[in-house]
Amino acid sequence: MTHRPGRVLPVVTAPAAVLSSPAAAVDPRNPDIAQLAADLVATMRVSPGCVGLAAPQVGAGVQVFVLDITGHRKARSCHGLVVMANPRILDEGPAKPGREGCMSVPDLTGDVARATTITVAGTVPGTGEQRTVTADAFEARALQHELDHLDGLLFLDRVVGTHALHARKRYL
Amino acid sequence: MGELAVAVLGPDRPGVIAALTEVLLAEAGNLTDASMTILRGQFAMTLVVDVPVDVDRVEADLAPVADRLGLLVSVREVAPAVEQPERPQPYLVRVHGADRPGIVHRVAALLAARDVNITDLTTRLSGGLYILIAEVEIPDALDADELSAALTALAGDLGVHATLEPSSADLL
Repeated sequence: MTHRPGRVLPVVTAPAAVLSSPAAAVDPRNPDIAQLAADLVATMRVSPGCVGLAAPQVGAGVQVFVLDITGHRKARSCHGLVVMANPRILDEGPAKPGREGCMSVPDLTGDVARATTITVAGTVPGTGEQRTVTADAFEARALQHELDHLDGLLFLDRVVGTHALHARKRYL
Repeated sequence: MGELAVAVLGPDRPGVIAALTEVLLAEAGNLTDASMTILRGQFAMTLVVDVPVDVDRVEADLAPVADRLGLLVSVREVAPAVEQPERPQPYLVRVHGADRPGIVHRVAALLAARDVNITDLTTRLSGGLYILIAEVEIPDALDADELSAALTALAGDLGVHATLEPSSADLL
């Protein structure tokens, strides 16, 4: 967890190169990384419908993401705010398709198959504390979406078929 | 008479499908396969109809509807579909990146040069982002890894991102 005040950053949209490049591992104790994490949280909080944000989405090609699905209607597991650097998948269950959107692809959604359960371990920026999260349903999907960003992948790289892209319904 | 293919293109509005199928139904036509969509406001439809009258008769029947609705209509005879004993494993080609002329052609030409058949293809232009998703059938003699490497090289050339994966048709 980070307690720094975060700044709201502009969100980068595809086809920006940073979104299609693998992100670099970071030193989680670096104060700049802790600040970046705080900025991601602040940016996520002010963005309608946003439940997660990865560093490449604000133009930083490093392995940091934030996630908070609290209150989402599709949520089962919910770990509140998750902030991680250098995450890795420890375990994952069978895949199921579902609809996803992304602030970096603002006008489209897509049907993507994701593991319905997942265990992810990473380091909390700032404190350096190790954290492991085991999630299911929507939280598992959101985690995989954010981890994909750190691998340089968008949901566009995962859509399940030629008719799996859809025009986005606007929030407002 | 057998099966006829009908291709229709024109400005989208409510009632286009109803008007066209009313004509076909009046000739005791039975629709077999049909695909209909809207491309940038243009209604596009292709259908195969099993109908006991000939091409000229169907064209004449459809002409008043085409005139009234501003549609381009084309009718031709098709040979009965031949069921292939076993179709190859379908793969999905996904390409996205900055829009530029030639993405579809270069990808399609690469596939054609390797005798890879495109069985379904969708493209979208969303702002400056271009997305192509194609379902393809790879001949047994062709190594999917070789095709994947060729697509990646082409994508680099075009400044876009490309992936090739087996299609999981059972997921949706």
